[in-house]
Amino acid sequence: MTTAHPIHESYSGLKPIRGGTVSMDSIIKHYGSFTAVDGVSLSVGRGEFVALLGPSGSGKTTLLMMIAGFEQPDSGAVCIDGVDVSRMPAHRRDVGMVFQKYALFPHMTILDNVAFPLRMRGVPAGERRLKALDALQIVGLEGMEKRLPAQLSGGQQQRVALARAIVYRPPVLLMDEPLGALDKKLRERMQIEIKHLQESLGVTVIYVTHDQEEALTMADRIAVMNRGRLEQVGTPAELYERPANPFVAGFIGETNLLDGELVAAAGQEWELRLAGGAVVRGTPAAAARHGAAVGARVRLAVRPERIELAPATPGGTGAMVAATVADVIYAGPTLIYLLRADGLPEMTVRVPVQSDAMKPARGEAVSLTWDPANALVY
Amino acid sequence: MTASFKRLAATLWKPDGRRFPAPLSLLLVGPLVIGLCVAFILPVGRLLAVSVWNPDFTLAEFVHIAESPLYLRILGRTLLLGITVTALTLVLAYPVAFLMTRLSGWRLAVATACVLVPLWTSVLVRSYAWIIILQRNGLLNSVLMGLGLTDAPLPLLYNELSVTIAMTHVLLPYMILPIWAALRTIPRDLPLAAQSLGANAFRVFFLVVLPLSLPGVASGVLMVFILSLGFYVTPALVGGPETLMVATLIGQQTTELLNWPFAGALAALLLGITLLLVTVFNRFLGLDKKAAS
Repeated sequence: MTTAHPIHESYSGLKPIRGGTVSMDSIIKHYGSFTAVDGVSLSVGRGEFVALLGPSGSGKTTLLMMIAGFEQPDSGAVCIDGVDVSRMPAHRRDVGMVFQKYALFPHMTILDNVAFPLRMRGVPAGERRLKALDALQIVGLEGMEKRLPAQLSGGQQQRVALARAIVYRPPVLLMDEPLGALDKKLRERMQIEIKHLQESLGVTVIYVTHDQEEALTMADRIAVMNRGRLEQVGTPAELYERPANPFVAGFIGETNLLDGELVAAAGQEWELRLAGGAVVRGTPAAAARHGAAVGARVRLAVRPERIELAPATPGGTGAMVAATVADVIYAGPTLIYLLRADGLPEMTVRVPVQSDAMKPARGEAVSLTWDPANALVY
Repeated sequence: MTASFKRLAATLWKPDGRRFPAPLSLLLVGPLVIGLCVAFILPVGRLLAVSVWNPDFTLAEFVHIAESPLYLRILGRTLLLGITVTALTLVLAYPVAFLMTRLSGWRLAVATACVLVPLWTSVLVRSYAWIIILQRNGLLNSVLMGLGLTDAPLPLLYNELSVTIAMTHVLLPYMILPIWAALRTIPRDLPLAAQSLGANAFRVFFLVVLPLSLPGVASGVLMVFILSLGFYVTPALVGGPETLMVATLIGQQTTELLNWPFAGALAALLLGITLLLVTVFNRFLGLDKKAAS
């Protein structure tokens, strides 16, 4: 089996596509009594790469199916380039689609697969062939055009699917977990290649995934979905640094969620008493600023790498949490500390191996501190 | 005792590989092979042998068939009926199989039952049912006369029409099931992909669904055609003297006229023609290869 060449973004046949805009307006979709999508509104700009991220059953694939035209919303509208396509059949929408299981036609050669959308558009045979060969070269599969899909590896098949979805230059490309069936190394390489291809083509991409790392790597903006609703839409940095709610905080990256009671709510730093009794400080999340009163139940979210370990200080200041090291795990670039504190769930702290930070042993008593700017109160 | 039993078990059963060891395989296949030899290959072989060894080598029986227009006509009629019935079942079965892939839950259960229950019902019962419907004072004639469409009962039974109708009905499940099985294995993504690439429903069907269901169509066509060539009960019950088929003829020769050499020659001819057609069919459509890939 010949290995595929990387995708040529500098290939001369790669003329930019004018990306389309996609807007979804209060979309609702029920299946019987189950609400798959519950009032989602989202706008995607020209040439933007947006990831729909969520656990399985969150409605992200259903939303994609409605943009593609395989499902109709019960209410709400899907607009592509300002045109309401909610009731337009899939074959007239002119969007590209890449499926998780490639969905290549097994009875057609690679060339016929890639030329299929051109054939549907009445492109003459000769031109069809040249364009399909161009598209195959872009995805690094020159010389494979006479083979059948079954003779290609999974990664190669997905490249063919990609070539087939861009060969007719659709303004919008939809991708439904396209790398889900590939192994980790290949997946990571394809992520970067697809991202580069999207950037050099200028096509608008809506990309469904349940893999938060993939979304962080590839997307300009990420729309986090849960139980049919949009939890938050933002750039990868916004989602990681300022998650709107505990669900997003837990879904994007790791986080420690601690229950507590609000002690002082004034200005940019709030004080709260954790379940174990320690009084700590954090920054209120945007949604928490309204209507939070002293005495309210709140939650604090701190990322494992934003917590600092310090020697235990018996009877020290209230801004520290006393804990014991339950376990230390060597994870290559970082050491993972599992810590136990009175009245709190087990906490995780990551310390870079190459650092001067304190590296306590198992069973040692420590104090946990953090910059209040890095701890969010919900 | 236990030790020898264990040794025997070890010879027969090696749970380390995915394949059964040879002795166990033989043991498992053995009864069927013996049964087939005794009850099928031996008698059929003898019948075929008796057509050319009587008691010395002779082709007289085959010459007899070739020289008599009656027998050739019966042979031709059998082939033509096989083709007609195969074509009719195909046309009727494909839409049913296609609709069944769109069903689920209790609807699919009902549809499957409608296909399978006739298959489990005796051919005899189904043939008699057609007699009741098609006979001179039967259901269909009563309805036609009641509606004033005809004055006298139509001759619907004991002719080629009744044989064709009854055989098509009896053989329909053998066409529906393989086509349905083939259609069911087409991943749902493929028609969706074709749609997203710009194919309307018509093109999705003819460019994607139909080509991918061809292996099922081929199995169904082969099965129905071969079964119809040797069909005995239905033509014997709902057919008349004008619709004598090869299988019925062979039956007459063996059980009534006791002319075994001639019956053997007819059987050999039918078998030869069937094998020839199957080979040509496979070559022409290359179905073995398609099914393998």
